[in-house]
Amino acid sequence: MYKKKLYGMRFILPAFILYTVLYIIPTIAGMVISMTDWNVARPDIKFIGLQNFVDIFTSRGGNYLASIGHTFEFTVVTVILKTLLGLGLALLLNKGLKSQNIFRTIFFLPYALAPLIIGITFVSVLKPNGPLNIILESLGMSGLTHSWLTESATAMGSTMMVEVWRMVGWNMMILLAGLQMIPEEYYEAASIDGAGAWKKFTKITLPFLRPSLMTVTVLNTIHGLRVFDIIYSLTGGGPGGLTEVINTQVFKEFGMGRYGMANALNVVIFLMTVIIAVGLQRALSGKGKNE
Amino acid sequence: MNKNKTYKNLRKLLKFLFIAVSSLIILVPIYFIVVNSLKTVEESRMLSFSLPSVFQWGNYLEVIKAGSLVRAFGNSMLMAGVSTVIAVMVSSMAAYALSRRRSKAHNTVYLYFFMGLIAPVNYVTTLFTLKFLHLQNTYLGIILEFATLGIPFLVFLYYGFFDNIPRELDEAAVIDGCTPFQLFFKVIFPLLKPATITGIVLNFLGAWNDFVTPLYLLSDNKKLGMTNSIYNFFGEHFNDWNMVFADIILTIAPILIIYICGQKYIVSGTAGAVKG
Repeated sequence: MYKKKLYGMRFILPAFILYTVLYIIPTIAGMVISMTDWNVARPDIKFIGLQNFVDIFTSRGGNYLASIGHTFEFTVVTVILKTLLGLGLALLLNKGLKSQNIFRTIFFLPYALAPLIIGITFVSVLKPNGPLNIILESLGMSGLTHSWLTESATAMGSTMMVEVWRMVGWNMMILLAGLQMIPEEYYEAASIDGAGAWKKFTKITLPFLRPSLMTVTVLNTIHGLRVFDIIYSLTGGGPGGLTEVINTQVFKEFGMGRYGMANALNVVIFLMTVIIAVGLQRALSGKGKNE
Repeated sequence: MNKNKTYKNLRKLLKFLFIAVSSLIILVPIYFIVVNSLKTVEESRMLSFSLPSVFQWGNYLEVIKAGSLVRAFGNSMLMAGVSTVIAVMVSSMAAYALSRRRSKAHNTVYLYFFMGLIAPVNYVTTLFTLKFLHLQNTYLGIILEFATLGIPFLVFLYYGFFDNIPRELDEAAVIDGCTPFQLFFKVIFPLLKPATITGIVLNFLGAWNDFVTPLYLLSDNKKLGMTNSIYNFFGEHFNDWNMVFADIILTIAPILIIYICGQKYIVSGTAGAVKG
C-alpha cells in the first residue's frame, strides 16, 4: 500500500499530460485527418476514406511513389555505410593508440552539430568551384569533378555521403561501448589456442557486438526514414524531384495547404517506421536465439 | 625479438597515419568554413583553402547586426534552456514512479512513453494542437513542444538509472518523516546527477540544433533561434559565403563549448541507449 502513496500518479501526470497532448493526440489526429480531403483552397472538409493513400500509391497529384522509393534508397545505403564505416572506426580506435581519444572526439563531433548547418556547409563544399572539386583537381582527377548537388547522377549520392559524414562517429561511439564490454581474457585464450586476427574477429568480436550492431542498425533505419534537414538544405528535393523524400513532400503539401494529403504522407512514414523498426528488431534478435 | 618490435611499431605508425588522414574528412570542412569566414565577400566566393589576404574580423560584428544574432541567441537560450529544465523535471519524476511501482499498468505507461522513441512526430497536427490551445507562435508553445520531444528519451534514460538507487533509501527517508515530494526532491533527485547532466546536455543540444520544429511551428521571425535564423540568412545572402560561414561559426560556438566540456556525458547518453 505504501507504494501507492509514495510513488503516486502525481509524479507521472505532468509528463503524461504533456506527452499525450503534444505527441499522442497529434499523432492520432493525423490519422483521422489523413482520411479527409482537407485543403485550405476549399471551404468544406469531406471524409474520403483511404483515397489519399490510393493517390499516394498511384502517384496521383504528386510524385509520391518516387519519394517513397528515394526514402528507401537513402535509408538502405546510409544504414549500410554508417554501420560498416562506424564499425571500422570503432575497431581502429578501440585500443593501442595513444591519440585515440582525440580521434574519437573528432569523428564524433558532427553528431553534435545541427544537420541544417552541416547541409549549408556542404552546399559550399560541393559547389562546382568548391573545395571538393579543388581537391580532386589538385590530385589530378579533374575527370571526377561534378556539380555534385545539381547533376542528376550525383545529387542523391551526395546527400547520402553528407548524412554518412554526419553520423559515422555516432555509430563508432555506440560500437566502441559494445567493444569495451568484451572481456580481454577471451582474446588471450584465443591467442593461446593459436587463433588468428580474422578468427578472433568472427568468433569473439562479432558475436559479442551483436546487440550493439542491432541497436545501431535499428536507429540508423529510423533516422534514414525520417530524413529531412539534410535534404531540405542540400537540394530542396531537386534536381527535378530526384532527391525528394517523404518528409520534404510532407512539408510541400503542408505549404500548399493540402492538409489531408500532408497527413496521409505522415501516416505512411509512421507506419513504415514502426513496421520496419519492430520487424528489424524481431528479425535481428530472433537470429541470436536460433544459434 | 627486436625485429618483431619494429614490425609492431611500424604497424602502429601505419594505423596512426591512416586514421589521421581519415580524420581530415571531418577536419577539412571545418577549417574551410573558419578560413572563409574571415575573408572579404569577393575572396570568399572563390571557395578556396587559402588564408585570407587580410583577416576580416569585422565580418563577425557585421553578421551579428545583419542577422539579428543577439536576439536569436537569446531566443535559443530561452527555448532550449527552459524546455530542458521542464523535460528533465517531468521525465525524472515519471521515470521514478514508473520504475519503483512496476505494476502491469505502470509497465504499459512506460511502453506508451517508449513509443515516442520510434514513431516520428506529426508536425502538421502538432501545429493544429498548438493553435487550438492558443499557443501557436508563442515562446511557451515551442518550449512545451521541445520539452515533449525530450520526454521519451529522458524517461528511458532515467528509468534505467533508477536500478542503481536502492529502495532502502526511500524507506529510511520515510521513517525520518519525509513526505513523498521531499523524498524525491531532497533525497532521490540529487543522486540522479549523472543521468541529469547527460539529459540536460543532450536535450539542450537537441533543442538548439532543431530546425524542423520551429520551421513548422514558428512563423514569427522575431522568435526564431540561431539555427533557423541561419537558414533565413542563407536564403537572403546565399552568395555572401564569408557572412554565412561567420553566422555558422557563431551558432556552433556554444555547441562546441558544450561538446568539449560535456563529451563524457554525451557519450554515456549515446552508449546508454545500447542497454535497451
